[in-house]
Amino acid sequence: MNKAEILIIDDEAQIRKLLEITLQSNNYTVNQADNAKNGLITAENHPPDMIILDLGLPDDDGQSVLKKLREWYTNPVLILSVKNNEEDIISALDNGANDYLVKPFRTGELLARIRSALRNSAVEEGDTTITCGEISIDLEARTIKKNNESIKLTATEYRLLSLLAKNEGKVLTHQYLLREVWGPGYINQSQYLRVFIAQLRKKIETDANRPEYIITESGIGYRFISKEE
Amino acid sequence: MDLFINKVSKATQVLISCSLVCFISALCYSMSKYLDYKIVAFILLLTVSIVAVLFDIIPVFITAILSALIWDYFFIPPHFTLQVGSTEDSILLLMYFVIALVNAALTYKIRQIEKIGRAKEEKANTVKLYDTLLNSLSHELRTPIATIIGATDNLQSNNHNLTDKNKEELITEISKASFRLNQQVENLLSMSRLESGFLQPKKDWCDIIEVVYDAVKRIEENNISQKITINVNPDIPFCKLDKAMMEQIIYNLVNNAVQYTKEDNRIDIIAHCHADVLELIVEDNGKGFPEDEISNVFNKFYRLRNTKTGGTGLGLSIVKGFTEALGGTVYLQNLKTGGARFTIHIPVQTSNLKNIKNE
Repeated sequence: MNKAEILIIDDEAQIRKLLEITLQSNNYTVNQADNAKNGLITAENHPPDMIILDLGLPDDDGQSVLKKLREWYTNPVLILSVKNNEEDIISALDNGANDYLVKPFRTGELLARIRSALRNSAVEEGDTTITCGEISIDLEARTIKKNNESIKLTATEYRLLSLLAKNEGKVLTHQYLLREVWGPGYINQSQYLRVFIAQLRKKIETDANRPEYIITESGIGYRFISKEE
Repeated sequence: MDLFINKVSKATQVLISCSLVCFISALCYSMSKYLDYKIVAFILLLTVSIVAVLFDIIPVFITAILSALIWDYFFIPPHFTLQVGSTEDSILLLMYFVIALVNAALTYKIRQIEKIGRAKEEKANTVKLYDTLLNSLSHELRTPIATIIGATDNLQSNNHNLTDKNKEELITEISKASFRLNQQVENLLSMSRLESGFLQPKKDWCDIIEVVYDAVKRIEENNISQKITINVNPDIPFCKLDKAMMEQIIYNLVNNAVQYTKEDNRIDIIAHCHADVLELIVEDNGKGFPEDEISNVFNKFYRLRNTKTGGTGLGLSIVKGFTEALGGTVYLQNLKTGGARFTIHIPVQTSNLKNIKNE
């Protein structure tokens, strides 16, 4: 069993209790801190495999804690916050958060996000194939298969899909995708992204209108998820 | 009449009332052969009374003084002097003056009383609105809270008397209540965002098909029994919109239809775009709305008469608020075939980039 260690930085005792029970019963080891200062000290003394960070801490802004962590900490950081506006979410992702979940949240959803974040950080640079549910991507041959049937993609579609799939489970912002796939001059051309996402969905989703792989995060970006095992 | 006072400035009021007095006087003067000067006094008094009904106290006083002077100068013998010939005429002039002033003062007083009455009525209406709000809010918030507290009490202190099935049911109720509470809080937060006036739509290119399906997906998560059909042309252009707001508008309209129609009813969502106007229609084949209440359904906290309990009366007012924040309009009508149709028009920038060359 994996015994990944997760540090919770949240000032609300109720949330910490809920997370502790949820995570421990799913075989994670849990550490806790109730403010920014303790959180940073605990993380430094004993670097966890993952950190769950609240944005509204009593002694410091969560975004600045995130920036301080990212100066040295490379494992996943998941933001768990009541703030649900797009600016906060985008700046948390820009500041290096791997994922963002808004309170109130479903514990099933939280566990899925934790699993995929930990799985992602375990992906090695040298991996040449990515498999997500029925879809497999061969990064060397640059081919995509769904249920072992080849899917023909254009060059741009391939770049977009492989970028999403390499970051499975993680929200990639519109700006990030536009910059990586089309180039820095295109970061405001979100309609390009919409077109290619729609085309990709037609090719890989069973029902393009009810996508199961490429999920929209309204106003923020897209997330590629593999159907739960 | 009150409106008339509020709209016209004091200077204009003085001008109008003085001109009126001069005009009437001139008229009387031209007929002075046939009119006794005492009759003229009554005619002028009548004029001052009319002015008192229409205008503020200061113009009325000025009119009263002016008319007294005119009467004295032009009508009371000897003419063209302010001197008064007989004692009787002096008394008449004094009485004229007093009556004109009393007239003005009385009218002013009546108006003040009316004003106080209206303010009281307004206050009563506000209090009534807040009562309605508090009633529906406290009901909507306390019911789920009561469920949660009651169910957890049961699970904590009565655990050994409960069957496994009971426990499962109680947990389901806690879960349902929490979601209901969450929904109400979301509504209140949306409403307060709208009321704050700081709500700025964040417009970006939206795939309308995606927006509609995302809203419907959220509704279908609640295990609804009505059939929802979506009718959007796949070639609909991208529209520049705030996706989250648009999705909430669709969600609230469809959710409203789900709440107030029967299980075997159907709900249709239709969207198209022409001449840079996005038209969104949500219609159902339920009972429709009582005609006399249609104009009220978008009001905050308004609930239809004889409606089932539940709901804060916020859903449709949020629809209206968001639609207007996007520069659009929302319109409700009953269908001849039964059922209700909400139509939304939003002016949008469109992009036909959908047909982009795919390289």
